Amino acid sequence: MIALLTRDLRLAVRAGGGFGLGLAFFLIVVTLVPFSVGPENALLSEIAPGILWLGALLACLLSLDRIFALDWEDGSLDLLATSPVPMEALVSIKALAHWLTTGLPLIVATPVFALLLSLPQAGYVPLVLSLFLGTPALSVIGTFGAALTVGIKRGGLLLSLLVLPLYVPTLIFGAEMARRGALGLDMKTAMMMQAGISFGVIALLPFASAAVLRVNLR
Amino acid sequence: MMPDLGKYAEAVLSSYAISIALLAVLVIASVVRARRVKRDLESTEKRGRNHAD
Amino acid sequence: MASIWQYANPRKFIQTTDRVLPWIAGAALVALIVGLVWGFFFTPEDYRQGSTVKIIYLHVPSALMAINGWIMMLAASLIWIVRRHHVSALAARAAAPVGATMTVIALVTGAIWGQPMWGTWWAWDPRLTSFLILFLFYLGYMALWAAIENDDTAADLTSVLCLVGSVFAVLSRYAVNFWNQGLHQGASLSLDKEENVADVFYFPLLLCIAGFVLLFIALVFLRTQTEIRARRMRALLVRERLG
Repeated sequence: MIALLTRDLRLAVRAGGGFGLGLAFFLIVVTLVPFSVGPENALLSEIAPGILWLGALLACLLSLDRIFALDWEDGSLDLLATSPVPMEALVSIKALAHWLTTGLPLIVATPVFALLLSLPQAGYVPLVLSLFLGTPALSVIGTFGAALTVGIKRGGLLLSLLVLPLYVPTLIFGAEMARRGALGLDMKTAMMMQAGISFGVIALLPFASAAVLRVNLR
Repeated sequence: MMPDLGKYAEAVLSSYAISIALLAVLVIASVVRARRVKRDLESTEKRGRNHAD
Repeated sequence: MASIWQYANPRKFIQTTDRVLPWIAGAALVALIVGLVWGFFFTPEDYRQGSTVKIIYLHVPSALMAINGWIMMLAASLIWIVRRHHVSALAARAAAPVGATMTVIALVTGAIWGQPMWGTWWAWDPRLTSFLILFLFYLGYMALWAAIENDDTAADLTSVLCLVGSVFAVLSRYAVNFWNQGLHQGASLSLDKEENVADVFYFPLLLCIAGFVLLFIALVFLRTQTEIRARRMRALLVRERLG
């Protein structure tokens, strides 16, 4: 299993694209926002938590179809399916690899991007904390979507359509937590809800993803 | 005959018109597709039987 | 196995539904016409909402069926997963566009009603937002059905999506509630439907709800028949090509 994880990580780094592309996309979104809403710092700092969350979510979405696509095309997914590793573990590892290559870099880069949107000083810790709690859920839910659409040619748009509604609760609680943190309000409820959703999703959704992947490999 | 809808006539009438139109489209589409599929299936089945003879 | 297939035999389903379909469709038509005409022409205006209260006869039934449609799809998906009745999977597929249309009607009538009442076509009120999300779920579900060629694979994948989607739809409902309260404390735009409805509005509303329910059942029966036939035809065509 660890071998699988390191293999996925190495592939993501070496294949180019996947690793840096999400970050670059995130940067572009953050750069475009002031062009569309105006450069006033007051407005920007007010919407910064929401924009950063949305940007992270979209950057995450962008790389979802890579989770299974390459392994599906060269047939190694079939090999993995017949290996002694249970399918549930396989999809969990895939989600973990996706989070390490997409979610984690986003979290690390977010404070820099927050600077561009003049996020209030008090907002940095809550923002990073909320992303830290929320992005694993994004990866796991995304893995489910990727497993659903793995057999479909040009399934990228369909994948977005399927996954985005599933992202709603995570986005709401994550952005709410970051927003409240930036305003210095109490954010405990949002944080607990976010953590609850993330843990619930991580614990339960791999079973659905595995079931779906088994159907697709039939 | 027409009840006096007052200043909200536009809202009430348009919501009735849109809803009934949507329902009508749904019903007609369902019926048309049902007929077409039924006919196609029957002709396919007949062709299959002739083929077997 | 044999008893299961007898129980959900597609041929038997078509036979039975063919017999009851005209009655259900007729009853739906009667209930809808009587209910809507009664509601539109013969109910008084609400002292607060004026004549816009008449929109309730479309708004409430369609909203009910939008949610019940999804619940029916969930039940059908569960039956497919547990007992593998093809009719069940196809019924879920058949119900999705009907439910989606109901959601659109609920949203549109809600917007038209909201304009004079709240002074805006759209507010990010929890209930409205939840319905918009529900509509997105319907779209995704239908898109997934349409994208997969193999019938059994499609049935399996969409059922799992329906299950997972249901959980997330409920989660979103609570999340949206929380989110909006978080935005403006206490200031809620929601209509207190139960409080408003007096007896004069109640009976035509009940008829309209019955009409929508019957219409939904009739449409699902008809569309399920269509799906069964379409599936059979695909199978025949494949056999023809092979033989």
